[in-house]
Amino acid sequence: MKIGILALQGAFAEHEASLDKLHIPHFEIRQADDLQDDMDGLIIPGGESTVMGKLLKELSLYEPLKAKIEAGLPVFGTCAGLLLLAKDIDGEDALGFRTMNITARRNAYGRQLGSFFVEEDFKGIGTVGMTFIRAPYIESVGDGVDVLATCDGKIVVARQGKQLVTAFHPELTEDVKIHQYFVDMISEN
Amino acid sequence: MSENRYELNKNLAQMLKGGVIMDVTTPEQARIAQEAGACAVMALERIPADIRAAGGVSRMSDPKMIKGIQEAVTIPVMAKCRIGHFVEAQILEAIEIDYIDESEVLSPADDIYHIDKTKFKVPFVCGARDLGEALRRIEEGASMIRTKGEPGTGDVVQAVRHMRAMNSEIRRIVGMAEDEIYEAAKQLQVPVELVRYVHENGKLPVVNFAAGGVATPADAALMMQLGAEGVFVGSGIFKSGNPAKRAAAIVKAVTNYQDAKLIAELSEDLGEAMVGINESEIEILMAERGK
Repeated sequence: MKIGILALQGAFAEHEASLDKLHIPHFEIRQADDLQDDMDGLIIPGGESTVMGKLLKELSLYEPLKAKIEAGLPVFGTCAGLLLLAKDIDGEDALGFRTMNITARRNAYGRQLGSFFVEEDFKGIGTVGMTFIRAPYIESVGDGVDVLATCDGKIVVARQGKQLVTAFHPELTEDVKIHQYFVDMISEN
Repeated sequence: MSENRYELNKNLAQMLKGGVIMDVTTPEQARIAQEAGACAVMALERIPADIRAAGGVSRMSDPKMIKGIQEAVTIPVMAKCRIGHFVEAQILEAIEIDYIDESEVLSPADDIYHIDKTKFKVPFVCGARDLGEALRRIEEGASMIRTKGEPGTGDVVQAVRHMRAMNSEIRRIVGMAEDEIYEAAKQLQVPVELVRYVHENGKLPVVNFAAGGVATPADAALMMQLGAEGVFVGSGIFKSGNPAKRAAAIVKAVTNYQDAKLIAELSEDLGEAMVGINESEIEILMAERGK
């Protein structure tokens, strides 16, 4: 198994460290040439979604990655990654792949003073630490989407087929249970 | 500041990595920066080159102007306060700024003490010329470090000097025997725990960006290859001929900093670069402020 990590901007090194703990091989995707490697899964990290959305298009990564996701490539988006997979971001044109049937709200908890850490239940895993940094949440989900975790009544983890998104950053905690969950998602067939 | 809050503040800096933070003076410039791919903007009344040209005392920006920029963009907004001016920092916290830069670009308000940044909930980034300065700022509560460089010059030489100095000292600490760490802490004038962290991890305990004098995509890629985790660009963008194009080119050069072919393409037809001043021609070395 080999996982590609989108490395245009943001906390991609933290995802690499999480996968290292699970002994899962991975590689960075910075430009179209990097897509020549076989890939069993894709991680879209936290960072600034506006930066990644723009660079995806200008570095010719948008079309090939969107095609792979639509063809069933397992994908895991955290925070900005969630925004890049959401079909709708309320009040603005979604700039990402729009492959997931969810409506997200950007900077839903306000500015940095609104960032927080909590422990909440994650369906199928149990209690996990969740680090929210200027985070979005999911306002509503459409057909085919399972809600896997909520926080204060807001949806913060969702899954649709082989697509998994978290509003928080599993890559910032020592715990790798959510990365393991994604690896299991790739393996199950 | 609680342990938890400090972690969250370091985490925000982690989200900025691999990105470019741009100085802007108006909501319009902030929108241009965001569209060009900035991962954050620094809101200030005058960019460093103009501060340098104007002379006199330079202070925190008008909160109204900062708020206008906060409303214009979705990316994080940073703003500068004077070194040691904790009331300017309190004001910036009150308007919910995402990051405060306690900056040598402004006139220092205190020639001895920096702000006790542990008293704040919002995060701070501080400039440093070497490992000792970086670790002293971290001990005071900074959750992100940048090289000082020499702001407003368009001359990258000092940013290079500061990044090289920091990295070479980090390598020296990594190679030390356990019992040599105490003496290193004494020389650096920092707590031994921070030196031990560097010894064990081979890096600072917080994210480290390059700043001060970056004017071209090549400058930005140079700083990344020297080990910066991201880049601040101040006067280099809005003092150049085509700010939007130059800004977008610098963003891409930071993402693909090892791809010389791409950086060559990005460097074409950017219009006039900021004219710049050599460090030997300037009267005020801002990097000398706040040690």
